Amino acid sequence: MALAHITSITGRGLNVPGNDIDTDRIIPARFLKAVTFDGLGEGLFYDARKAVSAAGQVHPLDDARFRGATILLSGANFGCGSSREHAPQAIQKFGFKAIVAESYAEIFFGNATTIGLACVSADRTDIARLAAAIAADPAMELAVDLVAREIRFGGQTVKLSMRDSARDALVHGRWDPIGELLDGREAVAATAAGLPYLAGPQK
Amino acid sequence: MAQSLFQKVWAAHSVRLLANGQTQLLIGTHLIHEVTSPQAFGMLRDLGLKVAMPHRTFATVDHIVPTDRQSEPFSDPLADAMIRELRKNCTAHGITYFDLASGRQGIVHMVGPEQGITQPGTTIACGDSHTSTHGAFGAIALGIGTSQVRDVLATQTIALGPLKVRRINVEGRLRPGVYAKDVILHIIRTLGVNGGTGFAYEYGGAVFDAFSMEERMTVCNMSIEGGARVGYVNPDETTFAYLKGRPYSPTGPAWDAAVARWRATASDPGCQYDDVVTILGADIPPTVTWGINPGQGIAITENIPDPAKAAAADEQASITEALAYMKLTAGAPIKGIRIDVAFLGSCTNARLSDFKEVAKYLKGHRVAPGVKAIAVPGSQIVGRLCAELGIDRVFREAGFDWREAGCSMCLAMNPDKLVGDQLCASSSNRNFKGRQGSPTGRTLLMSPLMVAAAAVTGGVADAREVFGVNN
Ligand code: SF4
Repeated sequence: MALAHITSITGRGLNVPGNDIDTDRIIPARFLKAVTFDGLGEGLFYDARKAVSAAGQVHPLDDARFRGATILLSGANFGCGSSREHAPQAIQKFGFKAIVAESYAEIFFGNATTIGLACVSADRTDIARLAAAIAADPAMELAVDLVAREIRFGGQTVKLSMRDSARDALVHGRWDPIGELLDGREAVAATAAGLPYLAGPQK
Repeated sequence: MAQSLFQKVWAAHSVRLLANGQTQLLIGTHLIHEVTSPQAFGMLRDLGLKVAMPHRTFATVDHIVPTDRQSEPFSDPLADAMIRELRKNCTAHGITYFDLASGRQGIVHMVGPEQGITQPGTTIACGDSHTSTHGAFGAIALGIGTSQVRDVLATQTIALGPLKVRRINVEGRLRPGVYAKDVILHIIRTLGVNGGTGFAYEYGGAVFDAFSMEERMTVCNMSIEGGARVGYVNPDETTFAYLKGRPYSPTGPAWDAAVARWRATASDPGCQYDDVVTILGADIPPTVTWGINPGQGIAITENIPDPAKAAAADEQASITEALAYMKLTAGAPIKGIRIDVAFLGSCTNARLSDFKEVAKYLKGHRVAPGVKAIAVPGSQIVGRLCAELGIDRVFREAGFDWREAGCSMCLAMNPDKLVGDQLCASSSNRNFKGRQGSPTGRTLLMSPLMVAAAAVTGGVADAREVFGVNN
């Protein structure tokens, strides 16, 4: 199974500001009533978007100026809450290829990485600069460079950080571990043999 | 060298190091439910793979089950398709499935312990973040995403980096009217909703030593709300007594051998932790959330925070956002705020002890006019035990709707939902915007007895006053 080497993501940005944006907000539970991940993009931030439009404003996801953006900006502890992979799936299906946020909730980060959605971290002040630049020029291209560990935009460069294991997995095309896990079959059997409860009586 | 339980269990289940530096970790017990598994079985089919250890995989159905009547077909065709898919996948792969007709169905985090499937020293994974519940038994219990559910189905392993361990001691004793739910709400309020990122929480100290398994589960359940993927309590006599005689517990000589093994997995005295936090039980108040994340909690006697008094700009913004959504007034007492719905249920607080404790005080009280109160046992077994003990009657006579087992209004993937901006006193674990089924619905998290106090007074209340708690 050959996976893409995700070394750099270039595209336009879109900012959904705020800290502790939870998975219920990213994809409300009623969109989980399905046996596939198809069509999840439409549910992305569904209730938040509706609430904003009901207040007579335009949510960034519905703002024509940002249409086609592939890089999502947000705050700290992004993706907290449930383990639903539907959250990163919805973000990816909407068209995003990378997220730039201050920090991530653990399960979300792992889920996103496993589907090849790059979650990079940047300083709060740098994210604010990025957001300001995007707001001033929505057509501006950003480059999220995992190899150089930097984000370049409008003549500026800011540092990004990312856990080594995830960065390595994306850059070397190993973000979906299933192939490697399957290769470990014999080692798994050996480990299992040392654990009595795995052989335990079946009921 | 002295080791923590986490280190021992991690080492025993480490298969090998992967190329990116993560560990291939063996998952001894895999629990699945209808929401996060169908896509994983789909991926398995696409890859032409089989389930590696069907005998270590256990399924039940919980999120989508209607609680007024469990009979099929469900009125919601989407929910019906999901339960049929789960049944089909379990049959096709030879997986034990605690179906609605089994008498053992329930919220997945209730079923594992009840059946004795959840055991000390094991690794457990489930496509559900509240899998941390099972850590109460001294297991490393991980919430995982659907691609990882696929990984476990196909290989019985996942790729994971090790966690640091934070020991949280709760010393002394809790005051009357203070419960396990208050302990974890207080911990999250103190350490923050992302304070546990990168950590496993090991809970201990005199309060945990004295806790029942059910109380330990309540705390471990909400570890994830504090950002910790894993929470656990070292196994002890309380753990072994709970497990003895359960359907999947070892028997005969195997039982003694297992207990010896379990005992040895507990953290060694003097082991090194990456961090240690100590809290005094007497400092923990009955706690209520006022905001839109579980860390936004206060004592029942406190006032709702005022953004103007917040130290950091960040905090100011988050309080302002929360109060706007919650339609609450800065600086006002939380006590007395009118509620519309009282929900007693969820994998945090829908066990026998929760209903028993509330029933003790509920006799002779009536749900206030205009309040819709529902009590939902977390499992069919809890439902049956409550019926045998007459507990369901106490709730019914007080004006509660007594339901059948499921997740119910914890996340409302079933017909139990808030309507409009209803305010709900809830024993569940999440107060996120829209969590209970209405995009403008509002949730206040609290202990089961506080939910009951809110139900009978019609507003947020101090259960100690309402029920004269002083034992
Ligand atoms: S009761 Fe709530 S938190 Fe627990 S498994 Fe069900 S939906 Fe999730």
